[in-house]
Amino acid sequence: MNRARTADLEPAAPPRRPEAVPTAGTKIRRSPARRVKEAGWGLVAILVFAVFVFPVYWMLNTSFLPNNRIRGEEISFFPTPDVFTLDNYRSAMFSEERAPFGPAVLNSISATFITLVVCLVIGFVASIALTRFTFKGRRTFIILILVIQMIPGEAMIISLYRIIDGWALINTIIGLSLVYVAGVLPFTIWTLRGFVAGVPKELEEAAMVDGCSPAGAFWRVTFPLLAPGLVATGIFAFINAWNDFVLALVIMQRPDTMTLTLWLRTFLMVTQATNWGAVMAAAVLVAIPAVIFFLIVQGRMSGGLVAGAVKG
Amino acid sequence: MSSLATEAAAPPAPAPTPPRPRRRRFPTVPWLLLSASILILGVLTGYPVVRMLIMSFQEYERAQVMGMPADWVGLDNYVAVLTDSGFWAVLGRSIVFMVVAVTLTMVLGTLIALLMMRLGKKMRLLVAVGLLLAWSMPPLSSTTIWGWIFDTEYGLVNNLLTRVTGDRWFGHSWLLDPLGFFTILTFIIVWGAIPFVAFTMYAGLSQIPGEVLEAAQLDGAGAFARFRLVMLPYVRTIVTVLIVLSMIWDLKVFPQVYALQDIGGDREKTNTIGVYIYQMGMGQGHFGTASAIAFVFVAIMLLLSVYYVRRTIKEEEL
Repeated sequence: MNRARTADLEPAAPPRRPEAVPTAGTKIRRSPARRVKEAGWGLVAILVFAVFVFPVYWMLNTSFLPNNRIRGEEISFFPTPDVFTLDNYRSAMFSEERAPFGPAVLNSISATFITLVVCLVIGFVASIALTRFTFKGRRTFIILILVIQMIPGEAMIISLYRIIDGWALINTIIGLSLVYVAGVLPFTIWTLRGFVAGVPKELEEAAMVDGCSPAGAFWRVTFPLLAPGLVATGIFAFINAWNDFVLALVIMQRPDTMTLTLWLRTFLMVTQATNWGAVMAAAVLVAIPAVIFFLIVQGRMSGGLVAGAVKG
Repeated sequence: MSSLATEAAAPPAPAPTPPRPRRRRFPTVPWLLLSASILILGVLTGYPVVRMLIMSFQEYERAQVMGMPADWVGLDNYVAVLTDSGFWAVLGRSIVFMVVAVTLTMVLGTLIALLMMRLGKKMRLLVAVGLLLAWSMPPLSSTTIWGWIFDTEYGLVNNLLTRVTGDRWFGHSWLLDPLGFFTILTFIIVWGAIPFVAFTMYAGLSQIPGEVLEAAQLDGAGAFARFRLVMLPYVRTIVTVLIVLSMIWDLKVFPQVYALQDIGGDREKTNTIGVYIYQMGMGQGHFGTASAIAFVFVAIMLLLSVYYVRRTIKEEEL
C-alpha cells in the first residue's frame, strides 16, 4: 500500500520535453565549473569528517598529555614527543585513590561473556524453532519478541532490582548477566531468525537426498553457513552488555563489583577539580573493545532497516 | 536429537519415515527449543512488568523492602504522580528535548546522506570513517569527552572563547545552567545518533534509480524540488521508521544525563524521565511511585512503537 502511494507521487513519469537536448549539452562543457563545485563539496566533506572525529581525537590527545599541559591556559593540540606521556593511563589503572581497574575489567568481561554465550545458544535454538517449524503460536511469539524490544530497560529498573534483590543476586555477576541476557535475548532471537531463514531449506533437503539425516544435514550444511550471522549477533550482544550503564548501576552497588562503565563514572565524581587526563585515559580504555567490535559488524547495523523498505 | 531429526523431516519430506500419528500431536519440539527463551523472558521481562504493575498500586517504600507488608493503595500512586508538578516538568522536559534532538538528528543526518551521494569514492569513505568512529563510541565515553570539552576550568570551549573574545571565560560553568546542560546533552546525543540516520538514509537514497532523478533534473526540478518530490516519497517508510526509533531512543536517554549530572549539572532541574524513575525509586526509596511513573513511561513507549512494530510485521510477512 505504502509503496503504491509512493509510486503515484513520483513526478518522474511526465513525458520528457524537447528541452532535454540542450540540458544534455551542458554535461559536456561543465568541467571547470564542475571542478570548483566538486572541490566545494569535498571541503564540506572534510568539515563533516572533522566534526565527527574531533571529540575522539580530543580524547586521545588529552589522554597522552601531562597534567600541566591539560590544566592551563595554553591549548596543546598534539602530544609532541617532549610532552608525550602514559602517566594518565598508569594513574587511571593503578592509582590507589580510585576504584580498582582490575576487578572492574574482570567483572565487565565475565558479565559480557556470559551474556554473549547464553544469548547465542538460547537464541540460536529459538531461531531454529521459529524458522524450521510451523506451529500454532509461532507468529504470536515472534510479534511478542518484537514488542518486548520496545519496553525500555530504564523503566524496568525498579522491579528488576526488587526481583534480583529477592533472589539475593545483587552485587553478583550472575545477577547482572541474567538481566543482560533478558535485555539482549529478544534482539538475538530476532536477528538470528533472519539469518537462519536466509539459508534455504532446499540446501538441507538436497543433503538429505544425498543420504544425510535431517539433523546431520542441518549441522553439516546450514550451520556452517550461519557462522557469520552468529558472529555478528554475538558482537551485538557484546557491545550491548559492554556499554551498559543503567542496569549495572542498579545491580552492582559495591565498589568491588563495579563494571567498567561504573568505574569510568567514579572518575567524574571524585573531586571538584577532575583529573581530566586520567578520565580521558579511562574513557579510551572503556571504548577500545567496543569500537573494535563495532567496526567489525557496522555494515549490518543499518542494512536491515533498508532491505525491503525501498522497492521501486 | 533424534526427535528433532524426525520432526524436522516431517513437513518437507513426508516420504521416508511414516510418522502419521504425529500429525495431531502437540508440536513438542519447537516449544522445547523455545522453552529456555520463554523461561528467561517470562521470568526477567514478563514478571518484572507484572511486578511493576503490582507495586504501582501499593505503598512500597524502604520499610516494605525490609519486609513490612505492602498495603494496597489503589490508584493513589498514579494520582500522586499525575498531580505532581515535578513529574510534568520532567515529562515536558524529556519531550521537548526529544523533539529537538530528533529534529536535529534527522535534518543533519539527511543532509549528510545527501552529501555522501554527491561525493566521490574517496571523500565518501572519509565521511564514513568519521561517522563510524562517532557511532561506535560507548555513551559514557562520549559523555565524558564532551564534558571535558565544555569543562568549567580549562575546557577547550572556555579556552578558545577566551582567546577569541578577549574576555576571561575560565571558570564559566556551562552545565550549571539547565539550558546549557541540555545544549551539551543535545550535542552528545545528536553527535552519536547522526551516523545511524546518515548511513541508513544514504543506503535508502542510493537505491533510487538514477534515471528517475535524471528525468526530474531534465524536467527542470531544482535540488530541493528533486529531494522533496522525488527522493522523499521513495524513502518515506525509512524516514518514518528512523523518526520513530530516534524518538524512542532519545526519550529513554539515561547514561548521558546521569553522567553529565555527575560532572556538574543540577539534578533537580535536569532530570529526564529515565533518570527521574531511578532517583525516585533507587535514590529516595519510593518504589511504588517510581513504578507508577515507569508504567506511564512504558505505555508511552509502546504507543510510540506501534507504527514500527506494525510495519515490521508487514515487512517480514509474518
